[in-house]
Amino acid sequence: MDLRLSSAEPTAAERNAVDNAVSRMLGAPSDSQPFLDAGHNARGRRHLLLPALHAVSDAVGWISPGALNHIARRLSVPAAEVYGVATFYALFSTEPRAPRVVHVCDDIVCSAAGSEAIATALAAEDVCWLSSPCLGLCERAPAVLHQRAGEPDFSQAPASAAAVLAATDASRADQVFADPRVSAPQAGQAGLRLLRRVGVVDPTSLDDYRAHGGYSALRRAIQLGPSRVIEEVRDSGLTGRGGAAFPTGVKWDGVATAPQRPHYLICNADESEPGTFKDRVLMELDPFGLIEAMTIAGYATGCELGYLYIRGEYPLATRRLQAAIEAAYRRGYLGPDVMGEGFAFDIELRRGAGAYICGEETALLNSIEGYRGEPRNKPPFPSVSGLFGKPTVINNVETLYNVLEILQIGGPGFAEIGAGRSTGTKLFCVSGAIAVPGVYEVAFGATLRELLELAGGVTGQLRAVLLGGAAGGFVLPSQLDTPLTLEGTRDIGATLGSGVVLVLDTAADIPAVLRRIAAFFRDESCGQCVPCRVGTVRQEEALARLTRGAPRGSWETELALLSDLARVMQDASICGLGHTAPAAVQSAIALGLLAVTPDPSRNGSTSGKVRP
Amino acid sequence: MTTPVMLGAIRRLMTITLDGREVRVPEGYTILEALHAAGDATQADTPTLCWAPNLNPVNACRVCVVELEGSRVLVPSCARKVENGMQVRTNTERVRHSRRMVLELLASSVDLSQAGDDVQRWMASYGVDPQRYGPPANVAGDRDRRHAGHHHHPDGSTAETVAQPIKIDNELYVRDYSRCIMCYKCVKACGTDAQFTFAITAAGRGFDTRIATEYNVELPDSACVYCGNCIGVCPTGALKSVREHELRESGQWDPAAETITTTICSFCGVGCNLELHVQHAQIVNVTSPSDHSVTHGHLCIKGRFGFQHVQNLPDQA
Amino acid sequence: MLWGSNARETHPIFFHHVLQGLKRGARLYSVDPRRTSTAQWADGWLGLDVGTDIALANAIGREIIAAGLENRTFIDRATTGFAAYRHTVEPYTLQRAEEITKVPAALIKQLAHAYARADRAQLCWTLGITEHHNAADYVYALINLALLTGHVGRYGSGLCPLRGQNNVQGGGDMGAIPAKLPGGYDLGDDDARARFEQAWSAAISAQPGMHLSQMFEAMERGELRALYCIGENPAESEANAGHARHLLGSLDILVVQDIFRTATAELADVVLPAAADWCEYEGTVTNSERRVQRVRKAIDPPGQAWPDSHILCALAERLGHAWGRPSAEQVWDELRSLSLKWHHGMSYPRLEALGGLQWPCPSEDHPGTPLMHARLWETDPELRGPAAPFVPVEHVPPVDELTDEFPIRLTTVRLLDAYNSGVQTGGYMSPMRRREALRMDATDAAKLGIRDGERVRVTSRRGSVEAPVAFDPSLRPGLASFTPHFSEEVDTNLITNDAWDPKSGTSEFKATAIRIDKLTPAVASG
Repeated sequence: MDLRLSSAEPTAAERNAVDNAVSRMLGAPSDSQPFLDAGHNARGRRHLLLPALHAVSDAVGWISPGALNHIARRLSVPAAEVYGVATFYALFSTEPRAPRVVHVCDDIVCSAAGSEAIATALAAEDVCWLSSPCLGLCERAPAVLHQRAGEPDFSQAPASAAAVLAATDASRADQVFADPRVSAPQAGQAGLRLLRRVGVVDPTSLDDYRAHGGYSALRRAIQLGPSRVIEEVRDSGLTGRGGAAFPTGVKWDGVATAPQRPHYLICNADESEPGTFKDRVLMELDPFGLIEAMTIAGYATGCELGYLYIRGEYPLATRRLQAAIEAAYRRGYLGPDVMGEGFAFDIELRRGAGAYICGEETALLNSIEGYRGEPRNKPPFPSVSGLFGKPTVINNVETLYNVLEILQIGGPGFAEIGAGRSTGTKLFCVSGAIAVPGVYEVAFGATLRELLELAGGVTGQLRAVLLGGAAGGFVLPSQLDTPLTLEGTRDIGATLGSGVVLVLDTAADIPAVLRRIAAFFRDESCGQCVPCRVGTVRQEEALARLTRGAPRGSWETELALLSDLARVMQDASICGLGHTAPAAVQSAIALGLLAVTPDPSRNGSTSGKVRP
Repeated sequence: MTTPVMLGAIRRLMTITLDGREVRVPEGYTILEALHAAGDATQADTPTLCWAPNLNPVNACRVCVVELEGSRVLVPSCARKVENGMQVRTNTERVRHSRRMVLELLASSVDLSQAGDDVQRWMASYGVDPQRYGPPANVAGDRDRRHAGHHHHPDGSTAETVAQPIKIDNELYVRDYSRCIMCYKCVKACGTDAQFTFAITAAGRGFDTRIATEYNVELPDSACVYCGNCIGVCPTGALKSVREHELRESGQWDPAAETITTTICSFCGVGCNLELHVQHAQIVNVTSPSDHSVTHGHLCIKGRFGFQHVQNLPDQA
Repeated sequence: MLWGSNARETHPIFFHHVLQGLKRGARLYSVDPRRTSTAQWADGWLGLDVGTDIALANAIGREIIAAGLENRTFIDRATTGFAAYRHTVEPYTLQRAEEITKVPAALIKQLAHAYARADRAQLCWTLGITEHHNAADYVYALINLALLTGHVGRYGSGLCPLRGQNNVQGGGDMGAIPAKLPGGYDLGDDDARARFEQAWSAAISAQPGMHLSQMFEAMERGELRALYCIGENPAESEANAGHARHLLGSLDILVVQDIFRTATAELADVVLPAAADWCEYEGTVTNSERRVQRVRKAIDPPGQAWPDSHILCALAERLGHAWGRPSAEQVWDELRSLSLKWHHGMSYPRLEALGGLQWPCPSEDHPGTPLMHARLWETDPELRGPAAPFVPVEHVPPVDELTDEFPIRLTTVRLLDAYNSGVQTGGYMSPMRRREALRMDATDAAKLGIRDGERVRVTSRRGSVEAPVAFDPSLRPGLASFTPHFSEEVDTNLITNDAWDPKSGTSEFKATAIRIDKLTPAVASG
């Protein structure tokens, strides 16, 4: 491609960072015959763009013009396109930035747990900090993420100002996560299925994984053969746990039988829904389980390559998975001849870089391919035309762990667990005003009340539960006996979504919660379609007016405006982000949770007074 | 006679209904193409902003949405291919609501005053009221440097807009992004739909997404080769020639007096059709018809800007 | 396959079509001494030494035959002379070709196999092929490859010279070639000549006239003393321009008809100001794909400028021939009445309605001919017509030899935003415009102790110019380039070679041997 680049050159550190990241895939750059390295070959490297940007950002803390030029040259991607991709992600900076940055979660749970105090303290100490949407550590709120040039990233949670200022390095910080019961209070209990090995197995040991039944499911799958594996999955009634609840067996069958080759598998581990942390806990504490489950999915659907796309804010899970993948390779559980059974399967780990939208499956495809994480128009669906235009299976992390269980107990056996069409067990991320926050596994059909009791009960007086995350809706105390199934929640106009159960007591500032959600969608909209790009801005502005008691016109005209916005976002947005961006706000309005009294003295404040 | 004649692929016909009326259109058509080819006058007047006949569907503005039986959400007619038995409705309350809101959201955030007669007509006919979001916020000079995932939290007293200073950094065209609706057409024309130069991209995210060069460098420092194909597809006057900009600024822009003459470019042997836009005996712009098989509406710098030699006349005075 | 063509910059809109093909998976090979912006899109760039194209083409042909990839059916049915061709290319082994061209043998082989195996393959060329002293042989070498593989006469397969000027095809079609009548008839075709003589009421010599290079030789011999020059700027565009200017200046009378006061006009006794017909009058042009297209008047010509045909008719009137003032359409209709095979069916209304027609178009119900030479694929010999001959050709190096005295090869190149001698494109402000410079490889410059931007003297066997140096990574060591666009900055054609091809009359602009000298004595290093 006839690139036209500026004269900016990379530093040695930037050059090395890019070359090391890229050469793992391509071999060393050929200086002797640079011109043979051209055409379709050269242009076929764009999928290395995100790893290359990470490499530079990890090494020097920002993406300089020289580094960007080097990436452009190595990958045959125009400079403007690299810039467009780099500026899409919140974790990358295209301006010089301090080599150490602290991302302070100011989302619903963490702000209630005191994140603002941390930010204030960091500002006073002149530490470079940025506010962050939910870091997926809600059970340990408040949380921060350290991003450091030349060092591994790490999380701290629960964090305090003093602890953040005293933070040394990743290996020390990771030790805080040693006790699994903080994240999964049920750990070690009998009868768990998805959490079976969590807190029991050594997540860094393949041998320990095998000693706890690891790789028996893959062995079983190989005995059955691909088509019978899909039959079992279909018989199990398993539906996707990412939020859309599409039947997994149907999805697998579609790709397995697609004539076009190659097929690709993607594990969507871009868990970013505010209040969600179940996938993180699984990946941190049972990483080999995901590797095995992906291998089974790849085997069943005829994929030789699977991408594991993990949220960029999950450094510990990333380290655990990277180590698990390498161990599995060394021992022949991944590679050209898996377990000596004559089929090939590789896994590439890809890190996101701070973009909620990349959890949308087609945005994720674009992100892996090295484009901006903008959702694609559907149809065609990924099972027909997915990654690089090929048939692609995309499964959520929790969905894949279910596959291990299905192969242990059989599809029909699995289908007997749960209630009605909601088969199996479900992980819930319980956080907020709750005695023992954490990931809980219950069979579908348990009521919300039972779940809250399992988590030690509500602290304070329950005001509402935000069910399903920012894209979900509210449930009132009067609705606690709703069974937690797809059908049960639908009946009360709610959704399970990604399994968020965010408990709000009467001390919670619900208008502020709504404004945080509105701000979140305004930040995370990819910007592609008008309804979402502008609609999320107008929604946040209208909420700001309402919550400070200064409606334009009347309260009713503002509600009508919000309703108009909600309808166009739900009807005409490209993807699920836009469709669900007004959900929580509309739910709060419908349930009377938004009511505020006008209070001119609080002009401009971020919260309003809740009407009794 | 043995002279071979080029034929298009022979395509099956698909039967769909448009607002209850059955029509047959070739397989591979989009719903929008079906509306254009087989719709009545109102259906054929489906509003579009990010669609252009010489670009692949961008599918970003969503103003062309229609209701499709069996679909939970509205579908973009520009991108959705017809299938047998599709039942399409174009004039329901839901459709009209979304179209009105898309136009209204754009009008409340972008300067649409040069967006062409069709857009003005659609805004009137769909009952657009951009004022209801509040007075527009002031010009923001910092839009190019906003960071993804971070924005200033509004108090709602004004409606945020994309207003920003105009960019004039070269002799041939201006970029007035206060008028930009982010239809992506310029990016497509600069990129994979025509020019493959990739000088501009969508950068940033969400409402702060903007069309940018790398690090927002000025065009002469970018990869731009001044083909002007971005200007050719811009629907809102955000991109225009310096000449048009200057004439507009000085009050001499006179579209009513404009004539358009089709001729052939005098440079190279490709034979590109040029449309010479002449106002008061001066060529003010050059375009190419999008349905011409040589150019598909796209030109190079010489074709679009190389005409000046016929009007560099010695001073008459 | 783009051979000697930087279409990305010189035919940008044609290249859009190439790029769409690449997007859909087509493969592109570029044969060019420079790694041009076109070559940067290619799956393979064959960066050969200037003037070694025939050796490369013959080696590709030999490799195709050696690998058994030639299209036997097509060769047997539709061509003649294959045996002689095979004999000629036999010595051009990959190894020998690598030695001559400097292109790695493996890459030559890759291209040979890709071209031969392709379902469809197009071979296009530009001035990198035709501006050589044996240019016609270069073209034959390429045609031979198409005949060898059958990549001709089918959709998506063929041979195409990309015309450098908007009507160079049309000019030839209208008879502006010494041996041709309008409509492509040979002067020696007695029937055709008789029809033209009758229509024009004038005798036409069966002997070809002179082409441009021959005219300059005739001037040199003193045989040609008057020149009427329409829309041509030979004082700048001829190779060895100093010599050309001397000859033009010593004519008895030079008449120049142009839309500009060109360097040639400066030498003229009479200047006839012409309208820019593409936007100030009516008519037709014919593009690279033989498509006749209408040009139309959008603005009035300035001052006393007239359309070319009006000037010619007025001149005829003064010479005693009352041609009147025929409209452009009337002139065209006269052509149609005589060009029976090519243009007869192309009425103005049809050209308007169809947006142009490709010749041959013999009748008004004929759709035009997008594809030529399809007859070669007919199984019926009657329909197939005469076979296409292989024309074996040998590699001959450029006339301007590289020696110790002139060790660097200078070639001429063109830029995206400029056009030929720059008289038209000088009229607008291009933000990409840069000062004309001797573009060269940085390591060559380092050997001479030359810095980027330094002014140097560039000398050939014919003259010398001064220019600043600009390092250019698209140029391999031993190669340097000038453009012809900015003679006011660097009078490139003062040093180019006017050795010309006897078959086409084109000069060897592409291969000049030069020496580069520092203007100031080298500063002692340290």
